[in-house]
Amino acid sequence: MKRPLRVVVAKPGLDGHDRGAKIIARAFRDAGMEVIYTGIFQTTEMIVRTVVEEDADVLGLSILSGAHLHFAEEICKALREQAAREVLVVMGGILPPPDIPKVKASGVAEVFGPGTPTASIVGFVKRWAEAR
Amino acid sequence: MGKATDLETWRQTTLAASLKKMPLRKPAFSTLSGIPIDDLYTGTSGTDPRVGFPGEYPYTRGVHPTMYRARHWTIRQVSGFGTAENTNERYKYLLAHGETGLSTDFDLPTLLGYDSDHPIAVPEIGKIGVAVDTIDDVRLLMKDIPLDQVSTSYTINASAFVLMGMYEVVAKEQGVPDNLITGTIQNDILKEYTAQNEYIYPPAQAVKLVVDTMEYAAKTMPRYNPVSVSGYHIRDAGSNAIQELAFTLGAGHCYVTEAVKRGLSADFVAPRVSFFWNIQNDFFEEIAKFRAARRLWARMMRDWVGAKDPRSWMMRAHAQNSGASLTAQQPDNNIARTAVQALAGILGGTQSLHTNSKDEAFQIPSEGAIKIAVRTQQILALENRVTDVVDPLAGSYYVEHLTDRLEAEAEALLREILDRGGMVRSIEDGFIQRQIADTSAAFQQALEAKEEYVVGVNVHVDEETDLPFEAFELDPDLAERQIRRTQDVRKSRRQAEVGSSLKEIKQAAINGDNVMPAVVRGIKAQATVGEMCDVLREVYGGFRAPIIF
Repeated sequence: MKRPLRVVVAKPGLDGHDRGAKIIARAFRDAGMEVIYTGIFQTTEMIVRTVVEEDADVLGLSILSGAHLHFAEEICKALREQAAREVLVVMGGILPPPDIPKVKASGVAEVFGPGTPTASIVGFVKRWAEAR
Repeated sequence: MGKATDLETWRQTTLAASLKKMPLRKPAFSTLSGIPIDDLYTGTSGTDPRVGFPGEYPYTRGVHPTMYRARHWTIRQVSGFGTAENTNERYKYLLAHGETGLSTDFDLPTLLGYDSDHPIAVPEIGKIGVAVDTIDDVRLLMKDIPLDQVSTSYTINASAFVLMGMYEVVAKEQGVPDNLITGTIQNDILKEYTAQNEYIYPPAQAVKLVVDTMEYAAKTMPRYNPVSVSGYHIRDAGSNAIQELAFTLGAGHCYVTEAVKRGLSADFVAPRVSFFWNIQNDFFEEIAKFRAARRLWARMMRDWVGAKDPRSWMMRAHAQNSGASLTAQQPDNNIARTAVQALAGILGGTQSLHTNSKDEAFQIPSEGAIKIAVRTQQILALENRVTDVVDPLAGSYYVEHLTDRLEAEAEALLREILDRGGMVRSIEDGFIQRQIADTSAAFQQALEAKEEYVVGVNVHVDEETDLPFEAFELDPDLAERQIRRTQDVRKSRRQAEVGSSLKEIKQAAINGDNVMPAVVRGIKAQATVGEMCDVLREVYGGFRAPIIF
């Protein structure tokens, strides 16, 4: 039997806005995934350590502080270096449209802005897992 | 209940006294058709004492007898980004376009007591607010702003004790006498643990710091509001109006009762406690929320706490429409949402208002967008005549019913919190966070099931297109400039004075004394925000919140 998908939901940096992170953590859990929500105030090192230690398949980053370019680049790079497997990185939050291609270039697979139904985020993750 | 039992008595006492201090904006008011507008409308069968008269206990109809007939609310747009120079420039833009009060957002490192040259700060410098490390930054922030004429609000909480001190020092450097320093600092730490999550110390120690600032400000700046108890963030974190009322009034009650435990009288601190409410989409419920908040707070202060001064009973408020209600999809629609929400705040009787800009679901507002937001308030103030009449919805069966129900439900929830050990206890064990998370999740489910609608998001959806929008761009060199300025200050200041003031702050915290006098000495010696917050970290420790989702 396949093990359930393991998802880490993380809040990088000093941003405290966690309504979205909590909603999406619940949605992943309700979809039968194993969810680890890190809580707020996470550094790149803390997030990558959690992903590695929890052997996670997916990392969901929630950023509403404007620091998305920095964290997308730093976290994706550290994951490529340290994670034993390919980790799907998705991002949500407040991003100016011109920044979306930039975070994707860093390795974020998809950006889900305000108003995205949780079903489409869960669906995106499931399709990726099936295609893997 | 209030002094007046009938309209004529109210006119001769409460209204007459108010008009002497603050005359009406116009000698006479009328509708566009020429029908005269009277100074108050009441029911034909007498006035229900729970509704009462404006400017009188229980203040259901407003804290002022004349409301906007004498003076419009303050147009106060929160702004802050980059360095102090960047934000000062935006202030001047806003004042030039008719803003009447200032309000500042600080960046995350400042909110959390880290200096800009701390490694954790660097990616966040100036991103969602202005970076402040030393008194030099506040001098630049307030440059050319006459602080005896323009009231200023600071949105800061965990490190508010430092920023309040910096504001006081800068106002006094401008020559403003103590009793003319006006303004507000948010400084409502309890909602940080339940909603906004920008906290440093454990809740009980953080509340002690809030009481320090209340005691200090009451003595040194008697017209300054040292706490703005905020439902705004609780609501935007996903709560409903009842929870917003209960958790917010509960926090206000906690600060006042802690001050009383310290030996201060309720009437020494309560008159300067102000409030900050969210305005969400349920038009009539939001109007009723303001009315219920005033009535419940008045009763809490008079009957629960025993405050005698009517100023202690008045729930004075700032309001902002819900950022969470803005959509990234079809952003022009946010202009309409904002206008209707703002009208609810006005009909609710707010003293001050921030209207959101249409582009805030994806960036700090551009100048063009923020101008529309200011103009929205000006249209409501100058064109629609909603300001010419006091509490026009009083006596509406529906609005009075909602006011009663919101008051009763909020009081029941607040009593439940008090019965289970109070606000601090209910934060430490996650009771409040759980309530908010559950309400937020239920609303999200309702949206996804299309039981609730958001136009452009789950109904009347347009094909995705690239929207033409005015980009907001931060100065790319701001982090470097800010770090350099702070490091220059560190080199040039008198180190011995900094060191001794930091020791004094620490000792005051260890002894349980008020830290503010030592903090102000530290500020004058150019100690940094980070240094002063760090010495208290050594005494109080940090806080790890229960993880609830």
